[in-house]
Amino acid sequence: MAELVIVDRDGAEHRVEGKAGVSLMETLREMDYGVAAICGGMCSCATCHIYVDETWLSRLPAPQGDELELLQELTSRRPTSRLCCQVEFTPALDGLKVAIAPDE
Amino acid sequence: MEQGVIVIGAGQAASTAVETLRKEGFTGEITLVGDEPELPYSRPPLSKKFLAGELAEERLLLKAQSFYDSHQVRLRLGTRATQLSTQTRTVTLDTGETLNYSKLLLCTGSSPRRVSVPGHDLQGIHYLRSKSDVARLAHELTANRRIVIVGAGYIGLEVAATCRQLGLQVDVLEMAERIMNRVVASPVSDFFAQEHAKAGVNIHTRHSLAGFLADPQGRVCAVQTTDGAQWPADLVLVGVGGLPNTELAARAGLTIDNGVAVDLYCQTSDPDVYAAGDCANQFSTHYQRRLRLESVDNAFEQAKTAAQNLLGKSLAHDKIPWFWSDQYDLKLLISGINMDFDQGVLRGDPSTRSFTYCYLRGNELLAVDCINQAKDYMASKRLIADRTSMDLMRLADISVPLREATAQG
Ligand SMILES: Cc1cc2nc3c(=O)[nH]c(=O)nc-3n(C[C@H](O)[C@H](O)[C@H](O)COP(=O)(O)OP(=O)(O)OC[C@H]3O[C@@H](n4cnc5c(N)ncnc54)[C@H](O)[C@@H]3O)c2cc1C
Ligand code: FES
Repeated sequence: MAELVIVDRDGAEHRVEGKAGVSLMETLREMDYGVAAICGGMCSCATCHIYVDETWLSRLPAPQGDELELLQELTSRRPTSRLCCQVEFTPALDGLKVAIAPDE
Repeated sequence: MEQGVIVIGAGQAASTAVETLRKEGFTGEITLVGDEPELPYSRPPLSKKFLAGELAEERLLLKAQSFYDSHQVRLRLGTRATQLSTQTRTVTLDTGETLNYSKLLLCTGSSPRRVSVPGHDLQGIHYLRSKSDVARLAHELTANRRIVIVGAGYIGLEVAATCRQLGLQVDVLEMAERIMNRVVASPVSDFFAQEHAKAGVNIHTRHSLAGFLADPQGRVCAVQTTDGAQWPADLVLVGVGGLPNTELAARAGLTIDNGVAVDLYCQTSDPDVYAAGDCANQFSTHYQRRLRLESVDNAFEQAKTAAQNLLGKSLAHDKIPWFWSDQYDLKLLISGINMDFDQGVLRGDPSTRSFTYCYLRGNELLAVDCINQAKDYMASKRLIADRTSMDLMRLADISVPLREATAQG
């Protein structure tokens, strides 16, 4: 079982089992403190914005294409920003720590 | 008997509503009544990846069963609400049971508009709204068969793209003079027509449906148009728009106006009944007109508003609506409503397959269609909401970021 550490908008930490082989969004949208993910992972809504913990950033491939374009226009964007529907969760990422970004 | 909130219809809006109710701290009973046998699922993939067989069924679910269990949502799936009485505040189900509510939320969605031309009930004629529609349609989609699609709106064109991917021969019949006629301006519609033509879809505009012809087994074998032409078909998909599911509300005496009429707070003409999603018709203060929208965004935002308001808040919904459609590798993102535009500005060159079409009234940006242009799409939202005056010269120059193409500079 691979774990995800999620920091909610109030700063509280939650440890949950991450669904492997699919995007992080599919785990995070089930959580009350999670993401809205309105477009369901089509990279069209930017309502699945998260910040990846800096120590993990280098372990993930960099955002590209549409994801990058959507991120660039978010006011709450940081260098660690990702759209979690574009980040695949794998057992190798056990312990991955992410924070939910504020609603735009 | 303990009372609580009943949500009718278990789709996109309903899923957001139950989530919001619990997030807002509501601890009373929540009952979700839906006539499909399924947990709420996402419909957009039904004409795209799921139809193409590229998405596993369980990934359509908006929330897993465990969500409803842990949030104590009573699920009454495969069950239809047949009657609503706002006097007694009761809902009757097709099982014969009667449930009491203190607040009710209608999320009954919409249904495909059915055609009634001769031969309309032949075998092999399909509509697309639900997973069960896909179950019937998908096994018919084998390479080299001929599909005739009636209607060149989003669903028809998305299915056309998926069918080409699966190797079918595709004809699309459209009554208007161009495709996506009601929703986008001609440069955008022309661009999509060219892309479909390149992919091998035969689009026939200005062709109105007259009827369907049957083979000796009683299965559709051709579509006839009003000019007398016949279009051979192994199967047919009809995609000519949707109608709001208002039957229950209408019989209960709620005000109907192309959908269940709701105010800015998503409240219907009865103070204990709210409505959200495809079934609802709401006034938009931004656009100063009533709108009934069929989009995931609209279902999400209205349901969230309705759920908060039925718990006692008073939040008006007036966000700028948005929509997306995927055809081939083209991502169309639309924000705003273009209905009252008086001029259009093209940003970029369609032949690069990445451009934006801007709809304005005077210099005010009303809406944008962004084709493989996520950046413009994101930037447009605030500009539209703020009724920004644009500088038309700069707007037409795609090298100027949209955000900077404003009249103030
Ligand atoms: C093929 C397809 C592709 C789409 N693609 C896109 C897209 O790319 N982008 C986008 O933004 N939108 C898209 N949409 C539109 C989007 O899916 C809808 O706008 C959205 O699902 C509306 O949500 P809703 O909750 O209002 O209705 P629905 O999701 O339709 O849910 C309503 C539910 O209520 C049930 N119901 C109705 N009456 C009763 C009753 N009396 N008792 C019990 N249950 C009842 C219905 O059977 C249905 O299950 C697409 C739709 C389809 C069909
Ligand atoms: S879920 Fe919409 S962009 Fe990620």
